[in-house]
Formats: sequence, structure tokens, C-alpha cells
Amino acid sequence: MSEALLDIRHLKKYFPVKSGLFSRTVGHVKAVDDISFAIRPGETFGLVGESGSGKSTVGRTAIRLMDKTAGDVHFQGIDLYELSEQKLRRLRPRMQLIFQDPYSSLNPRVRIGDAIGEALLDHELASPAEVREQVQDVLASCGLSSYHMDRFPHEFSGGQRQRIGIARALILNPDLIIADEPVSALDVSIQAQIINLFSHLQETRGLTYLFISHDLSVVEHLCSTIGVMYLGSMVEKASRDELFLHPLHPYTKALLSAVPVPIPKLKRERIVLKGDIPSPANPPSGCKFHTRCPFAEKRCREEIPVFRDAGNDHWVACHLV
Amino acid sequence: MGLIEEPAGQIAGGAIEFEGENLLELSRNHLRAIRGNEISMIFQEPMSSLNPVLTIGEQLAEPLMIHRKLGRKAAQQRALELITEVGISRPEQIIRAYPHELSGGMLQRIMIAIAISCEPKLLIADEPTTALDVTIQAQILDMLRSFREDRGMSILLITHDLGVVAEMADYVIVMYSGKVVEEGGVVELFEHPRHPYTQGLLRSKPVMNQRQKALYSIPGYVPNPLELTASCYFHDRCEHCMDICRERQPPLRELDNGQKTACWLYEKEAAVHV
Repeated sequence: MSEALLDIRHLKKYFPVKSGLFSRTVGHVKAVDDISFAIRPGETFGLVGESGSGKSTVGRTAIRLMDKTAGDVHFQGIDLYELSEQKLRRLRPRMQLIFQDPYSSLNPRVRIGDAIGEALLDHELASPAEVREQVQDVLASCGLSSYHMDRFPHEFSGGQRQRIGIARALILNPDLIIADEPVSALDVSIQAQIINLFSHLQETRGLTYLFISHDLSVVEHLCSTIGVMYLGSMVEKASRDELFLHPLHPYTKALLSAVPVPIPKLKRERIVLKGDIPSPANPPSGCKFHTRCPFAEKRCREEIPVFRDAGNDHWVACHLV
Repeated sequence: MGLIEEPAGQIAGGAIEFEGENLLELSRNHLRAIRGNEISMIFQEPMSSLNPVLTIGEQLAEPLMIHRKLGRKAAQQRALELITEVGISRPEQIIRAYPHELSGGMLQRIMIAIAISCEPKLLIADEPTTALDVTIQAQILDMLRSFREDRGMSILLITHDLGVVAEMADYVIVMYSGKVVEEGGVVELFEHPRHPYTQGLLRSKPVMNQRQKALYSIPGYVPNPLELTASCYFHDRCEHCMDICRERQPPLRELDNGQKTACWLYEKEAAVHV
């Protein structure tokens, strides 16, 4: 497994639920519950799931922006959670995060050029004299112009702000970019521009992406390997073709059939799931999906299914497969 | 609906006819009798459209008591039935709950229950599933479809999601910067989009199981509504832009198959037909 850029094993992240006068811990929200996967250099790994599935928490614990509860994370062979704060900081430029809403991650009173360049200065990767030039370069590769440097965040449209978010991550010349719903807040015509920018940057810079999204059509377009999450667990993981052509887990099948397709004549067999996503604070016993699964049996309510290879490096956690 | 308050919401011109009556000429009281009764509306964010200090039951009963003149008891009874109709179990519990106790999908169902409670002839649904997860979206769309079929209710669905349009709509209007640029039956419009904007929109959306190398993307950004000129609003993003597009705005013309578009490219075809 030394070839992996990011190797996550049995990662768990529980958030305590506090209640009462003395804030006693009364339970845990198992946001991430025993997840393992690896991303090879140059690959785009897609993490899909609905709200509350824990996909963003995986993204944050994967680069130790948040502490884990259990498990291991290796980045370029280095155990991230063993590092001292100082060493971790030195490694930070190698792994960057892009958020869904770049507007709320930009200081409204800082000019774009400074906002993009500040990380370079912070990490002492460039002298103040060099920064301006590097910012210009990175703006150009993100499809913005150098005159944008002196503008403020509110002067930009949503698509441009996302380009700024990408530029901020890119200027540190990272190996890994974790993109958390980067195109979800954008209009389709702008979304296409940003998706193409992601592909282009990967080709020219050999970037590795962990792409977190709820939009399966976007994930199919960009990602080579895809993991599907449900209530903190990974229920299926396979290459793009395997997953889209031969989905095994009933949840993946339902998810795929629920995506509206812009072809009016197409009649598809649709699996409409019953009920809501259960609360992660109180997940169902056995297989967490059994409350909504159309095929659930007695065993599904009692035993937790094992995440195993069903052949072709197609991993699935379901008793019925 | 006349929901945008004046003076900002003052309607500059035109008419809105509902069952032959011009809504713009109706008195406040007359309009109130139609709103929520014959025409009702659901919004994108159910959380912010429900009153947080009233129970679900009170909010469901309100239109029934006002428009249908039901007594409190009868309205409560009807509210229970409505909750069951929109696919929520334990109606007795839900009726006493406050909005913050329910999930987004459940709240959107409650919104639909309120909207259909007086059996409207027209339901205006403004991005009803945009804030929801796909599996919940599928449930809500299924439900809207069945209400349309069972009750003969018309739906005006406002959305940016072309997939949702393809699944739900019979007739589609595409807007750009406040103007209708194209309209037509759903099948013709998706199979033969005429306006370059519609074409661009359809090509720029990644479609499952139809992978392309790079996505088509419409260059540029939507124009600022304060800086619109007499040109075609789409001209600076259009790959077929001609001289006339920069000078004059194209009118909406009907083409031979009944589809309508506002684009100078089709001027000849449309002229023959007219």
C-alpha cells in the first residue's frame, strides 16, 4: 500500500452529544464509522452520499483538520496523526482543501491578491517580492486576470469566487486537493466551467483529488474511483465503470435511479426509497440501511454486514450480494 | 401571486389571467380568496416558510378554516388526513410538533400538504426539491406527479435542474435575464433545442452514463440586470453572434413545429411561417 498518496484505514470520528446541566456526554454521533480507502497519486476519488452521511467529516479528518477518534491516516507514507504540530504544519501545503462556498471562506476586507498570496508568506515559501508574480501565475491558470488581484471578494460572481478558492489551494503547489462540494452552489453553465478547470489542472499538474459531492453525474464525469457513504459507513466502493454499470448495493442502485436525467423520453425503472435518512446519533441496528432498504431481511436488522471485495476490486457491504 | 410588495413589486405592464379573470385587476379581498385556495405555492426552503412558533397542526388547519370555513375540530381532522396523504407516518405526533423537530424532507411534505389542502387548481412550486437529497427529491417528485394525476391539478414548476424538468414537465419555458428565449413541448425542446442558450445549457450538464471528455461550457457570466442594453441579452456569450444581435433584441417567434424561440438565427424560418 506504499504506492497510495492517501491511505485511510478504519477511520472513526465520533462527536459527543452533550446534555444537561453539567454537559454530560449522553451519546455519540458516529459521523464516520470505520472507513478505509486509499487514493493513488494522480487519481480522482469521488466520495458520494446524502446529507449527514459523514463525507465532509472524512475529508476533514483525512488531512487532520479535525482530530480522529480511531484509525490511521497515512499521507505519502507518513502517519499524519503521529506528527508534531510543527511537522504537520510543514506538510500542510502538500494537502489543500476547497470548500463549497468560497465566499464565506474569504475575508470580505482582504483583497483577492493578498488572500491568495497570504498562505505563501505564512508558510515562508516565497519572499514578499515573489508573491505577486506567483499570484498572477496561479490566477491565470484558474482563468482569472491579474487585474483581479486588487479587487475584493464581493466584486466576484459565484463561479469566479470558486476559481479564487481553487487558486488559493493551488498556489501552494499541493499534491492532494480535497474538494468538498465545490460545484454544488453554482449554476449549470458555470458548473461546467469549474468542472473543466478541475480536469485541466489535473492534467497539467498531476494533482490528486478527493472529490466530495452529492451529485452523481458530476462524480461520474470527474472521478475514476468512487465510494458511496451512508450514515458514516462506506457501503460500496468500485471503479467508475463498475459502480455505474453494475451497482451492487441497494442504496447505490436507489441513488442512481433517483438522479433526474435530462432526457424526457427515457423511461427508467426507479427505486423510490421509503422514509427519511435516520439520525446518525441513533443509527439503526445491523445494516444501517435496513430501515429504507426494499430487500431487507431479518439478518439485515441484526448483523452488521462486512465490507468485502465482491470481485474486480468492487467492494460492498451488504448481506444480500 | 402578487407576493412581491409594492413599490418594488409593482407590475410594469401585462396581464395575468387565471380562469379568464385578470388577477392584476382584482381587489385585495378577492385576491385573498384565490391565494392559498385556488392557487397555492410551495417554496425552496420549507424551514423559512413555516412559522417556527406554531405547531404543524395549527399551520395546516389555518387555510382550511379560512378558505373552507371548517371548524377547529374538522380542520384538525382534515390535517391528520393530509399528513397521511403526503406519506408521513404517526400523524397524531406530527400534528403537535414544531417545524424545527422535523427534517427538511418532512417539512417539504408538510408544505405540500398545506398547499394542496384546499385542492387548488394551480400549484406554483418554486425549486421545491433543490434543497433536498436525491432520494428525498425522488419521493417528493413522485408525490407531486400523483397529485397532478389524481386531482387534475396544474403545476407551474420553477427550477434550474434540467433533469427535473425532463421528468416532470409537459411544456417548458426557458428564461434568460428576464426574457423568454425559448418555449415548447418537453420532448421537442430537449431533442431539438433551438436557442443557443438552451443548447448550451443542455450540453453543459454532465449526464449519467453519457460520458464526455470535456464538458461544453457557455463562456462568460450572466449579465448584470442593471446593465442590460437593447441587444440580445445573450449575445456576448453566444457562439453564433451576428451584427444584428448586438443591435436589436430578437422577438419571440413561432417556428413551424410550434416551438417558439427568440433568436435572430431563426428569423427566416419564422418569417416564412408567419
